[in-house]
Amino acid sequence: MAPTTSATTPDATAAAPARRGLLLRMLPAPLYTGRARALLERSAMVYSRAWLVFVSGVVEPLLYLLAFQVGFGKLVEEVTGPGGEPMSYVAFVAPALLAASAMNGAVFDSTFNVFFKFRYNKTYDAMLATPLGPLDIALGEIGWAVLRGGLYAVAFLGVMAGFGLATSPWALLLVPVALLVSFAFAAIGMVCATFLKSPAQFDFVQLAVMPMFLLSTTFYPLSVYPEPLQYAVQCLPLYHGVELTRGLAVGVLDVSMLGHVAYLLVLAAVGAYFTAKRLAGLLLR
Amino acid sequence: MSGETADPRTAAPTVTAPMVEAKALVKRFGDVEAVRGVDVQVRTGEAFGFLGPNGAGKSSTMRMIASTSPRSDGDLRVLGMDPDLDGPRIRARLGSVPQQDTLDTELTVRQNLQIYGRYFGLSRAEVRRKATELMEFAQLSDRADDLVDALSGGMKRRLTIARSLVNDPDVLLLDEPTTGLDPQARHMLWDRLFRLKAGGVTLIITSHYMDEVEQLCDRLVVMDDGRIVAEGSPSELIARYSTREVLELRFPPGEQGGVADRVAEFGERVEELPDRVLVYTGDGERALEQVHGRDVRPVSSLVRRSTLEDVFLRLTGRTLVD
Repeated sequence: MAPTTSATTPDATAAAPARRGLLLRMLPAPLYTGRARALLERSAMVYSRAWLVFVSGVVEPLLYLLAFQVGFGKLVEEVTGPGGEPMSYVAFVAPALLAASAMNGAVFDSTFNVFFKFRYNKTYDAMLATPLGPLDIALGEIGWAVLRGGLYAVAFLGVMAGFGLATSPWALLLVPVALLVSFAFAAIGMVCATFLKSPAQFDFVQLAVMPMFLLSTTFYPLSVYPEPLQYAVQCLPLYHGVELTRGLAVGVLDVSMLGHVAYLLVLAAVGAYFTAKRLAGLLLR
Repeated sequence: MSGETADPRTAAPTVTAPMVEAKALVKRFGDVEAVRGVDVQVRTGEAFGFLGPNGAGKSSTMRMIASTSPRSDGDLRVLGMDPDLDGPRIRARLGSVPQQDTLDTELTVRQNLQIYGRYFGLSRAEVRRKATELMEFAQLSDRADDLVDALSGGMKRRLTIARSLVNDPDVLLLDEPTTGLDPQARHMLWDRLFRLKAGGVTLIITSHYMDEVEQLCDRLVVMDDGRIVAEGSPSELIARYSTREVLELRFPPGEQGGVADRVAEFGERVEELPDRVLVYTGDGERALEQVHGRDVRPVSSLVRRSTLEDVFLRLTGRTLVD
């Protein structure tokens, strides 16, 4: 393991820009120099030529929403919502789809895109020859996935509001929640990407994401599961995202939401930290 | 050291100290010892070479100097700083040309240069100016908006070198800079490197091409099996370990046997390679006459000056590119 991750001296952070954030003071300079933003600029450059990708990312969840509005909505008319009030099935599913699309976008961005830069294009090797450290790279790449997730969430929320599916002003908080879900999944996705050896192994990513999408109370409430299974579902990260979005969309808040936020924050921090450790261990050998 | 300056490039320890100083430097990968106790000093403004065959430990040494690979043992100072503690601050003042191109294939030529400058913390205006200047230096101005995949091997290499200069480095590290390039592209690269050296940039070059090191380097070390086996300027090394001239004798396949013994007395030393016999002597033409006088009839013969290849052969008993 690289000693770069543990070594620190009083002046080790001097390579950082003058403006120093909390992270800069907490982490050893070899890991982080406070320039994660340069990676966002890079991604913006790359996608300035490929902006159509964004359009597809916005459209896809909307198609889902439409399918539920005109399709399932006809079959299942009312379900019991977060506050015990009856609500239309579309209104029940829509916030969950928002959380799920944040997850999907983040996982795609942080596995596929990161894998090719990491294994084939040696993009990160080139970056690590500059003052940038592995945590700059982790935060920069995760940050891009979060920005992208945020963009999709805003579009989705707009359509939800248009369909009359966001009935509370609290629904505006769906955007920061979507950012948090993106952050958590991008961070975990990026750690996983560093373990992938070949493109064929992306099937494993799908194997984790698809069941999570279907089972995390996205399409029906937790109460339909027998009790032991309920505990298992409550361990899934997407479940916490869905609980947050579903409650906020109709303005039913409770203290357990803090728990959901904390879960996702921890996931994000753990993911970012281990991504940096993995990059350091693999590239700074 | 003044550690509080915001701009890492001005937070420099004095430049009179050696650019790189390694003592008993060791690099281990698991059980494999790639570098086994290397001592080197690279002075300001010189072109310093690591010559050796593949697997000699050159690249591992280079990566430790580049502060992208932690040392396993020994002491290392780069620009007066310890890479384990001051990696980012050291890298801020280094340029690095890795063995394999690591250009950003998702970006254009110009964007590659601009974003790399941003990684070093240069302002947007600065990187725009730098990119234009460096594309000119690398003769790539007319390819500015092409993706790098569309470039030839030589152009990619030139772009990699241009990119490594975006932060005006004090030391430029070049790991096998011309491997895989055609002779024309190599000469063009060498020309660019000469210009940099004339501009005061310290060059550290690894190569397994002796002509490259002979052309470019003021001083070099010859590495073999993780150790330094000789050190000096190209001419010093040749004077110390070889003779002024070499007579090369080639024979038809299967007819070389016994020749080495028959011509041994005409040179200070004779080496037998699979395809030829080398006679080391002060006067190659005279040796050739003597060989003919002994009725040894090679299919071809060549008198040439000694090169670093001969030094390497003498020191290790092997040729550089096996």
